Amino acid sequence: MKKLLLFCLIVISIKQLNAQVYFPASTGVKTSNEKFTAFTNATIHISPTQTIENGTLLIQNGKVVSSGNNISLPKNCITIDLEGKHIYSSFIDMYTNFGIQKPKKPSNPSRKPQYDASRKGYYWNDHIMPDQRGFDEFKFDSKKAKEFIDAGFGTVATHQQNGIMRGTGLVVALNTTDGNEIRIIDTDATQHISLNKSVTSRQAYPTSSMGSMALIRQVYHDAKWYRAGNSKTKDLALEALNSSSRLPIIFEANSLDNDLRADKIANEFGLNYIIKGSGNEYEAINEIKNTNASFIIPIKFQKPYDVSDPYNAARVELQDMLAWNQNPTNLAVLAKNNVNFALTTADLKSIKEFKASLLKAIKYGFDKTKALEALTTIPAKLLGKSSEIGTLNNGSYANFLITSGELFEKKTILYENWVQGNKNVLKDMSIKDIRGEYDLKVGGKTYNFTISGEIEKLKSEIKLDSTKIASNISFSNGWLNLFYTPLNKEKTEFVRLTASTNKGDNIFGGGVLTNGNNTSWSAIKKEKKDKEDKPDDKKDKKKEDKSHLVMPLTFPNVAFGFKEMPKQETTLFKNVTVWTNESEGILKNTDVLVKNGKVSKIGNNISSSGAKVIDGTGKHLTSGIIDEHSHIATTSVNEAGHNSTAEVTLEDVVDPDDVDIYRNLAGGVTTIQILHGSANPIGGRAALIKLKWGSSADELLYKNRPKFIKFALGENVKQSNWGSDNTVRFPQTRMGVEQVYMDYFQRAKEYDNLKKSGKPYRKDIEMEVLAEILNKERFITCHSYIQSEINMLMKVADKFDFNINTFTHILEGYKVADKMKEHGVGGSTFSDWWAYKYEVNDAIPYNGAIMHSQGITVAFNSDDAEMSRRLNQEAAKAVKYGGLSEEEAWKFVTLNPAKLLHIDDKVGSVKVGKDADLVLWSDNPLSIYAKAERTMIEGVTYYDTDTNERMNGEIKKERNELINMMIQEKNKGMKTVAPKKKEKVYFHCDSLENK
Amino acid sequence: MSKIIKNISLLLMLVSISLTAQQTPAPIQTNDITIEGATAHLGNGEVIENSLLMFRNGKITFVGKAEMKIGRIGTIIDAKGKHVYPGFIAANSTAGLIEIDAVRATRDANETGTINPHIRSLIAYNPESKVTESLRPNGVLMAQVTPRGGIISGTSSIVQFDAWNWEDASLKIDDGIHMNWPSSISFGRWWDGEEKGPKANKSYIKTIEKVRTLMNDAKAYATGSKTPKNIPLESLQGLFDGSQTFFAHAGGEKEIIDVIAFCKEMSIDKLVIVHGTNAHKVADVLASNNIPVLLDRAHRLPSSNDEDIHFPYKHAKMLIDKGVTVGISIEGQMERMQTRNLPFYAGTYAAHGLGKEEALKLITSNTAKILGIDDIVGTLEVGKDATLFISEGDALDMRTNILTDAFIQGRKINLETHQTKLWKRYMDKYKNQ
Repeated sequence: MKKLLLFCLIVISIKQLNAQVYFPASTGVKTSNEKFTAFTNATIHISPTQTIENGTLLIQNGKVVSSGNNISLPKNCITIDLEGKHIYSSFIDMYTNFGIQKPKKPSNPSRKPQYDASRKGYYWNDHIMPDQRGFDEFKFDSKKAKEFIDAGFGTVATHQQNGIMRGTGLVVALNTTDGNEIRIIDTDATQHISLNKSVTSRQAYPTSSMGSMALIRQVYHDAKWYRAGNSKTKDLALEALNSSSRLPIIFEANSLDNDLRADKIANEFGLNYIIKGSGNEYEAINEIKNTNASFIIPIKFQKPYDVSDPYNAARVELQDMLAWNQNPTNLAVLAKNNVNFALTTADLKSIKEFKASLLKAIKYGFDKTKALEALTTIPAKLLGKSSEIGTLNNGSYANFLITSGELFEKKTILYENWVQGNKNVLKDMSIKDIRGEYDLKVGGKTYNFTISGEIEKLKSEIKLDSTKIASNISFSNGWLNLFYTPLNKEKTEFVRLTASTNKGDNIFGGGVLTNGNNTSWSAIKKEKKDKEDKPDDKKDKKKEDKSHLVMPLTFPNVAFGFKEMPKQETTLFKNVTVWTNESEGILKNTDVLVKNGKVSKIGNNISSSGAKVIDGTGKHLTSGIIDEHSHIATTSVNEAGHNSTAEVTLEDVVDPDDVDIYRNLAGGVTTIQILHGSANPIGGRAALIKLKWGSSADELLYKNRPKFIKFALGENVKQSNWGSDNTVRFPQTRMGVEQVYMDYFQRAKEYDNLKKSGKPYRKDIEMEVLAEILNKERFITCHSYIQSEINMLMKVADKFDFNINTFTHILEGYKVADKMKEHGVGGSTFSDWWAYKYEVNDAIPYNGAIMHSQGITVAFNSDDAEMSRRLNQEAAKAVKYGGLSEEEAWKFVTLNPAKLLHIDDKVGSVKVGKDADLVLWSDNPLSIYAKAERTMIEGVTYYDTDTNERMNGEIKKERNELINMMIQEKNKGMKTVAPKKKEKVYFHCDSLENK
Repeated sequence: MSKIIKNISLLLMLVSISLTAQQTPAPIQTNDITIEGATAHLGNGEVIENSLLMFRNGKITFVGKAEMKIGRIGTIIDAKGKHVYPGFIAANSTAGLIEIDAVRATRDANETGTINPHIRSLIAYNPESKVTESLRPNGVLMAQVTPRGGIISGTSSIVQFDAWNWEDASLKIDDGIHMNWPSSISFGRWWDGEEKGPKANKSYIKTIEKVRTLMNDAKAYATGSKTPKNIPLESLQGLFDGSQTFFAHAGGEKEIIDVIAFCKEMSIDKLVIVHGTNAHKVADVLASNNIPVLLDRAHRLPSSNDEDIHFPYKHAKMLIDKGVTVGISIEGQMERMQTRNLPFYAGTYAAHGLGKEEALKLITSNTAKILGIDDIVGTLEVGKDATLFISEGDALDMRTNILTDAFIQGRKINLETHQTKLWKRYMDKYKNQ
């Protein structure tokens, strides 16, 4: 590798002006040029916070020598007078793939899944490539460099954006004159991570973002273990990771959720990730701030949707319109909250959009100094290159911009972008700005003459009185050429005028009239008419003010989000029918007092000063519904890449913005267990949450929650319905399923023994979790259908001396209820689902009642976002099918799931001292006519019918306002994009992530 | 002796259980039946407390008050405190066409090809389906059996749920032709690198044009010599002579308006909108053109995050208030096994503003009207089929939807199922242990 590098340097150096000192000169005499260049009379912005007025910047050999007001110029010095102009350190984009080709997907891939790694001698997973070096693939891209230079950039960091661990990136100056030996500032400056798999490998694992997170963690454990010299074999990937451990780590998050997930991993391993964000950080600014991480923020703003067709407009969701509306505030919000961040052009379709986007952000309150820092000093510091780039301090690279005025003003012209002492001209400074209005006098007539447009591409307009005359203007090297066709000419003939513009504001020249006679002419510049300009300005201002009216954030920032989070209240329910789920049974005409988030009193004639009193006459009060088996409020369900995935946890991927949380609340649900899917015999760990709508993912998690893991049996784990290509993975039969458990638990046992012995061991997250089961610290809830497999798993557990806690679905539980009772396992089943696949042929709606009759703790679960919001109706089916009493049926969705989840000490019944997770129903809660009117969690009302009605009105109003704003934008000529609606994905047990 | 007979019959019962899973269809009604004392929900909005209902030879002969001094006929069922309902009808169903969703060999709802008007659902209807059997104890006694897929999916028929074969089962053969009206919006094929999410469907007009050509061809064909025979064109003729209904499966308001215009252009008189996700936005047009809607079941999620979370529950009322005739389409996730929840979809619509009797119409008289079988079923009225049932309580509420008796064309059907048998079998196992 090093040899190749050397070769490259030699080849490139032939083009060198300043050949390296120890290189022979074989094609001519050896030359060197030690000249200085001085830029004088400029406003020099050494750094965003340090400015020298009317100063001099002295550079030599591509670096800054000195700067100041009293610089004595050396003799071999070229001086460039920059009177009235500004010098800024040029920009740095630290997140690019500049010069590195995107890898291509292999063509014609096999349809059979691949489970093992393709690379030998590296980590077991192809998506872990810390050994990948951006430098090895780097090829300076002059065309792209020019785009960056035109936008004001002087330096970029670049890396291969492929894989979960992506290896190292390099820092390179956008020096189009010299070779790599000059412009590459650091060959290995950064290391890179993401949650996205490599496109070059088809290795199945991981299939989900929670799998990617688990994999990253395991790699860190393994790297540590490897570093300690414990491995008997070589692993070049781990070696590379260990050798680049001192480099800053950049994590490509690309979404707000992933921002926080990245931070979570970083905290676990004591690392400082630099997180490449999404642009939506404003939505959870407090959490972002609390990460204390540095960020790289894309400067990309959504275009307004084309909503002129009401039919299409109806398809745009409020959250997407809000994103369009609020997105431009992101940088301002981050800056105001003192989040340390650099800017990147990474997500822009074209770098040309950079300036307009940045100006937009500034219009939305982004501080200009902060903007400059985010483009210079901050990325320099994050890259560990503050002494070389980012400022114009002595010794830094001479990477700077020359501008006509203050940066980030619309009018300011970027004249030159110097990179490592090499000039790139963007706009010729010497071109005179002759734009303006003139009185044009030719052949005795006076015309109105306006020159407008870009300096390099002027436009002319000639009017006689109010009649427009066809004309054409060209302007180069100080000479103006003007053609026009005088009025009332039958033939198209031209008056041709020319003039040098180097004398003052007015223009004098000669030309040829239509008749061929020479003439002389003048254009006298008009005084600016202030009076005319002003009304125009005002008009513009008015428009602008309306167009960037920003809608307030809600919690969460989607439809039905709260403008203000609801607060805990002391609440007194009067004269209500209370379903206690305790020995008291159903109490009529009873009062319930809620205080400090707990049920404080149950009885008659309770009074409490200051309590909010709710009349419960004719209504029913119950504890909140608990769904043992849910897949809402998550962005992943299955990690299907392995048959055992105990290492993944749903707690990593809780989605607090899912509107189904709100819809569940409206159905009286207060607690749910988000389970891993059923793709594997050993699934992932569960997340137990309370539906505190508007709270962050962390706040949703149940406090002091018992630990659960999902297992699964049957058709799903043996991939029966996955098509004929999925016949590779073990197990493919129920016989194999047993052996998966035997294998994993045996290994977990041996692992745990080794760990407990105090001898060195390789930390394995998966084994740690399985050992928790063996040590009775974690419960299993197992997706199950057929009696044979249910029986089997209980026997496996017996062999390893632990108990299965819950069989979920458990559709043939009724066939082995006696055995289940003996084992001590509970059942969480569907009320009436069947016939959707072969293994549910014998599923019967009497299952719950039969298991209940045998003394098993029975719950009804949903596994479905639609059913979960009316689980009260499902509970009623236990009355219909099997004749349970209403009181017992109600426990199927409240107390019994609480028991199965080991949280019945806090929730599941209306009892003094328990959490005030309560629902007020309009009717008997088991009745189809019952509606949840108020749902409370820990004394906070998260749903009530009045607020819901109000929100419906507000959503309509907000949608309308936003659609009007978009139409305004469209009429201004802004680009719009076709309406888009995110297709909401509803998860079930067998759902896979679409990546 | 009687003991022996009892034992033999028990033995026979056990044998029949082990031989076939399905219940044997009941023989033709020969004994008259009187149901007395029940609250009768006629299905047309009327309720008769303490009612008297009599039927003979499969037809209802009397409906009135029990106080009436009139001779009771045949076996008298005392139904005091109970409720009697006309049999529920599941529209746009695939009952009997698919047994187990995940097992391909049992799937007979979706023929290959896109223009299949000649494909007839009745042919594949399995009257011995275990799933269909399980619908009966909840009061669902009839269904429109509908082919799925393609642009023109095929021809549906209406069946009752107690039959030896599809001929016996049929109530109305080839009642309508079903078309999946295209969507004016299509979804990006993100796996092919297109942007995710909906966009204007470029093939919308093309697809409609294809069907327009087909319909025009069919009309032209009818006026010619009809040789050689063109089976698909032949099968479309019922749409133009009014003997068949055009069931347009469409959701969006734009699509619904386009369908209506299309049918006018084609002189298709009988049009029914199926699904009607946004039908409320064009309810006035539907009402003034007398076009009914088979609305999706109430137990569904809002179609967007912004939508009123209770919208799916309120939808029927919104349309009925505007004068649209509404029934319930059963199509959706796990639709065959979910068909037994049809009463509860109506119950949910009832709870959200419609009221019980109006909601009952959604699965009885309205559906009968929409399907063109209101001359024989759909209400408890003299002259109609005695296809009805007795429930312990309100049949729209799962707590009280507990059937004691059910009749199809006057035949008393067996309410046992594969599922109740398993229930009893295992309860017995535990009792005897």
